[in-house]
Amino acid sequence: MIRPELVCPAGTPSAMRTAVDAGADAVYCGFQNATNARNFPGLNFTVPELERAVAHAHAGGTKVLLALNTFPPAGKVDLWKEAADTGARLGVDAFIVADIGVADYIARTHPDIRLHLSVQAAASTPESIQYYCREFNVKRVVLPRILTVPEIKLMADEIPCEIETFIFGNHGLMVEGRCSLTNYITGLSTNMDGVCSPAAQVEYIKDDEGNLSTRLGEYTIDCFSCNESAGYPTICKGRYLTPAHDGPYYAFEEPISLNLSTLLPDLMKAGVTALKIEGRQRSKAYVKSVVSAYRKAVDSIMAGQDPQISDLLALTEGQKETQGAFKSKTWR
Amino acid sequence: MHLINIKVHMLQQPTVARMQHTESKPAIAGFLQRRPRWAPPAPLFLLQPVLRRIVQKIAENNPDMFGRLGPHYRAVFVIDPVNLPFVMLLRPDPDDLMLVARRRSEISEHDARISGKFLDLLMLVDGDLDGDALFFSRNLTITGNTEAVVCLRNALDDIDDSIAEEVADMFGRPGRAALMALRRMNEKRETQ
Repeated sequence: MIRPELVCPAGTPSAMRTAVDAGADAVYCGFQNATNARNFPGLNFTVPELERAVAHAHAGGTKVLLALNTFPPAGKVDLWKEAADTGARLGVDAFIVADIGVADYIARTHPDIRLHLSVQAAASTPESIQYYCREFNVKRVVLPRILTVPEIKLMADEIPCEIETFIFGNHGLMVEGRCSLTNYITGLSTNMDGVCSPAAQVEYIKDDEGNLSTRLGEYTIDCFSCNESAGYPTICKGRYLTPAHDGPYYAFEEPISLNLSTLLPDLMKAGVTALKIEGRQRSKAYVKSVVSAYRKAVDSIMAGQDPQISDLLALTEGQKETQGAFKSKTWR
Repeated sequence: MHLINIKVHMLQQPTVARMQHTESKPAIAGFLQRRPRWAPPAPLFLLQPVLRRIVQKIAENNPDMFGRLGPHYRAVFVIDPVNLPFVMLLRPDPDDLMLVARRRSEISEHDARISGKFLDLLMLVDGDLDGDALFFSRNLTITGNTEAVVCLRNALDDIDDSIAEEVADMFGRPGRAALMALRRMNEKRETQ
């Protein structure tokens, strides 16, 4: 069994140092602009910060993967090209891309740097992945979170690149890179501006009884009673009223986090070579806990022991966890 | 499921840029508010020079943090430790820093309010607790300008050194002993 790479989130330089110290094999991060899909206020790296971070990560034997995983609007491609050129100059180990124009630019301009296909590309068939490998020399695909472990195993036999799967964090069942729900409500695009539920348009209102309403723009997307666990203010996890249902219901998905700790041995046997922890928007406390837990689990498996699985429930969205489609297509 | 078929329910209250004070109902628990009802209110004027020194020291030691605040460096945050008899008003403007204590009945206009138990807020500022997890468990409440709060959170989270230790060091051995006691209290709470 190949020792998988543990790929960890870094929203800030401090979070990156925490991930390196906690045992990350690779960290992924982005610039403070629309070139990455976590373009949140106060998050991400300036060019000097990334320069220092790359040096620190490499000194610790950790790779740096630069996320350029959004889709440039027409006439604005230069921002993505400049980000790729800067990343190459700073010595990043790979680019994570979704757009074919960005992939093509990097493949031609920086052919010595690895290209990873982002989950934002939503490539979920051998045919589409083979196309990216053939045309842009993609070395790794980050699979959408909609495949079972047996399906991933079949995929591994049919594609000429490495497979990375999410193992913890956002459940992420929308067709990624195609979701326009935020755009529908706020006018900003998750896929082009890098913002899902922009904080500037999120508002929490707590009433006298302790109930918490979550609003995005002009719309209430959920209301949590006083002792109920809460989730992120994203439309896909809101509860809605419709004549077809009695009372509010989760129309798309619910506040819940993916946690594949118990499926790790199966994923590794299926041919997954990189395990990704989601959460660049989370704190370094989260990074430390989750990366440490998975470092220990992966090392135990590689040593032929039963994986040591820490309890990460307190860090999950809605204080609930699932194995999602990896376990079964009927998880809800 | 077609989005068009989903009737989303709109709230009637308009969003306001700045919030007016509304009386909160702090939970009364723990040693921090064991003040008898007949006792006079805590003399906050004694706290003000201490808080001023604390915020100045943190700013001095961590000048890079202000870049992450973006346009919100002039925002006024109410930091509300719900189990203490007062709140703190923070304006993280490097040229006009403010950290002052106020009674809940005396809160002026502000941009955002962050409410939680004192120990949770302390561990959060110190990078030992995850803010999202505290929010999910409903132990942290955010109201007002969410973007300003996100910026403040990210600015504080990017500080490598322990803010709590920086503050404790300012007060020498008693400060460090107090911090140790608070951390022991937190560990005990987590294992319960």
